[in-house]
Amino acid sequence: MKQSSAALKIRENLMRAVFFTAALASIVAVALICVFLFSQGLPAIFNVGVSEFLGGTRWAPLNSSDPGFGILAFILGSIYVTAGAIILGVPIGIFSALFMARMCPKGLYRFIKPALNLMAGVPSVIYGFFGMVVIVPAIFEAFGKQFDMMSGNTMLAASIILGIMILPTVITIAETNLRAVPQELYEGAVALGASHERAVFKVVLPSARSGVMAAVVLGVGRAIGETMAVQMVAGNQPALRLPWEFLKGIRTMTTNIVIEMGYVEYGSLHNGALIATGVVLFVFILIINTLFSILNRDKQEKRSLLSLRAKRGNPDTKLTKEQ
Amino acid sequence: MVVKMDYIKKQIKRKKTSDWVRFFAMWISVIITVSILLYIVGFILIRGIPHIRPSLFSLTYTTQNQSLFPALVTTIYMVGITLLIAVPFGIFTAIYLVEYASRGSKVVKIIRMTTETLAGIPSIVFGLFGYIFFANWLGWGKSILAGCFTLAIMILPIIMRTTEESLKSIPDAYREGSFSLGAGRLRTVIRVTLPSAMPGVFAGIILSVGRIVGETAALIYTIGSVIKIPESLFSQGRTLALHVLQLAGEGHHRNEAYATAVVLLVVVLSINLLSSFIERKFKNRL
Repeated sequence: MKQSSAALKIRENLMRAVFFTAALASIVAVALICVFLFSQGLPAIFNVGVSEFLGGTRWAPLNSSDPGFGILAFILGSIYVTAGAIILGVPIGIFSALFMARMCPKGLYRFIKPALNLMAGVPSVIYGFFGMVVIVPAIFEAFGKQFDMMSGNTMLAASIILGIMILPTVITIAETNLRAVPQELYEGAVALGASHERAVFKVVLPSARSGVMAAVVLGVGRAIGETMAVQMVAGNQPALRLPWEFLKGIRTMTTNIVIEMGYVEYGSLHNGALIATGVVLFVFILIINTLFSILNRDKQEKRSLLSLRAKRGNPDTKLTKEQ
Repeated sequence: MVVKMDYIKKQIKRKKTSDWVRFFAMWISVIITVSILLYIVGFILIRGIPHIRPSLFSLTYTTQNQSLFPALVTTIYMVGITLLIAVPFGIFTAIYLVEYASRGSKVVKIIRMTTETLAGIPSIVFGLFGYIFFANWLGWGKSILAGCFTLAIMILPIIMRTTEESLKSIPDAYREGSFSLGAGRLRTVIRVTLPSAMPGVFAGIILSVGRIVGETAALIYTIGSVIKIPESLFSQGRTLALHVLQLAGEGHHRNEAYATAVVLLVVVLSINLLSSFIERKFKNRL
């Protein structure tokens, strides 16, 4: 009897160790990703020169006599298409989230909510393919003759596709945060004579501000990291563009990696420069994620403050009743 | 009823022009969102379904016949192997976090943080890492195995988080009951909490299957693009999503691209539907 309990104890501790080791997997994965990306990317950056790499506008990796490795055009490209996606997608996303959280009839909600979940699951190749066969020709049709365009593969097309792709993310997160706003705030506004819309826009939306911002930030993260859909519609010219040249082709950091990685020799400077582009993208993403978790934490703190206040209120009211 | 009508009348009286603008802005936004989704799905289905022919499912891909069958088989292999790698790690991590670790311990905080980081990394960065580490540093070359490990890291946070959520939703009374009957922690986990959390775990796994099937950017430089039914873990391959990408890019085979996109879309959407169906069942039961 005693022996078996000892065996049991050993098994207990053994499995505990197994679970713990498995739990370290995500730490190991992140560490490996950081180590390998940086160790392969940073030498290339220093080889080219930091300011030359980040601020240079000439990308000519195959020019053997005078190669250029400046990725400023791609950094700006990523920022442009993401900004375009935000301009097109976020207003629709936030209005939709407000609708879903505060206006939607129940019957309709049962239809829209699963539809949004499905939309989040559609693979990015499908979005890209759709952009390729519908949006790109439509842009060419609309502006091609006027602006002497070669094709409809443009910054605008990429922005539209990304704007569509971030909708489910933005709506879902924003809706969750809008629903978390205490009902009392809304009721108070209506009791003071506000219409339903006024209460929703002037009271509910501002009190969910940081949560809605978190939704937007997550959307930015999705847009800046998207690769295939952008590659299929953006034209991918490695040229420096200005923000108002949205009817011209553009290349982003992600598409730069995916286009040139196919024919590059492993270990060459060109290869290193592409990995370094990935490092810059990775740093962007880390900043965005940190921003997201700060905004989310903000919201949680505020909510716990609110509930604290509510709890503190309760005993007082009881006291007065007893008196 | 009278009260409600009164309320509605009062509401309408209260609305000013700006309120009507807000009202319509919300309605129009939702209508735009839903119709874009329906348009994309409908467009692909309508263009693709007429081009689904039996020859698309023949055993080999030739330049005359863009069969998607090898890609379909490769996709199924990929899903199986990736899950085999990622599911144990994901579930064990969740078990450790919920059942073993003391709340607020430093290790737990770090694990949470790294998992969140993993969840936020775009798939092209995973692809880049897989290309550097698995394909070149470990010398596996572009292969099914390199692709599977890359995807396994990618879906780890999904499986972990869904398992954690469903373990957390098991009432503590279950655990206390098990302990009071003399079961140890391990027995409690294996016999009581994990089985009751299983549907939630299952929903998470199916969700990550959807991610695997739809993934392209993480795979293009880790598994290559040879379209053949793979012979070993080290042969190259091409999944369904990569096949759509390739066909769409080539431009000569638009019709086949549409048809393949339909197959991909149907597979992914039904996987996601199944996942949310199981999740809903689970929530109702608890």
